Amino acid sequence: MRVTVRLFARLRDLAGSGELVRELEEPATVASAWRSLVDEYPQVAEYERIMSVAVNADYSRMSAAVRDGDEIAFLPPVSGG
Amino acid sequence: MTAPLPGRRYTEHMAVPAVAVTTAPLSLEAVIDVVSAGGSASGAVASFSGLVRDHNQGRTVTFLEYEAYVPLAVKGMERIVSEAGETWPGVRLALHHRIGRLDPGEASIVIAAAGAHRADTFSACRYAIERVKQIVPIWKREHFEGGDVWLEGATADPEDEAARAQALRVSCA
Repeated sequence: MRVTVRLFARLRDLAGSGELVRELEEPATVASAWRSLVDEYPQVAEYERIMSVAVNADYSRMSAAVRDGDEIAFLPPVSGG
Repeated sequence: MTAPLPGRRYTEHMAVPAVAVTTAPLSLEAVIDVVSAGGSASGAVASFSGLVRDHNQGRTVTFLEYEAYVPLAVKGMERIVSEAGETWPGVRLALHHRIGRLDPGEASIVIAAAGAHRADTFSACRYAIERVKQIVPIWKREHFEGGDVWLEGATADPEDEAARAQALRVSCA
């Protein structure tokens, strides 16, 4: 299955791209997508403990199941306002 | 996201929404108008503008660059409006956040709350900015003399009741 991964702010800078397509083996979770990302971009690993995640533009959890075509976002700590 | 039309304010070409994420310069008047509309029973309107500082942590700031995960940022701001409505029944809240490049002195966020009494409207405004900093996926990169840095605050978790309670506490202090 194929998912789109969105990265923002410093996480995007570390990976060098704000949008990546990942092939994952089923069944997949948000955590599988993250592991696939860390395998290719080990420099993003430091965010695992402090980031938030979203699936299809709703906050989610690392353990959440994902389906083919989903958009998974990894979000650094926010600094709006 | 609301794209500006050339030569017009972002609020001119449409009914102004209660929440917005836009690259266009913000209008405090616009959010005040949103919460004031049809509210002749309102005895109070409170507002807040967040502006780009020219100094931060001893650095001279040249400009800020804001980025958002727009669809989730809009949902987060809608959630804040809904939370405020539950907390202060009858209070109407509107907030607009700007993204893109902002120079010192420009507004990054404008918030207005209208209601029957001053206490609730001040509280709702303060609550809104505290919650934005907790749960809305927007980030700023500070450009200063000699470099730039992404600022990172709270790990966003709308279900974190302790964070929400903290926002409520400072809003009602």
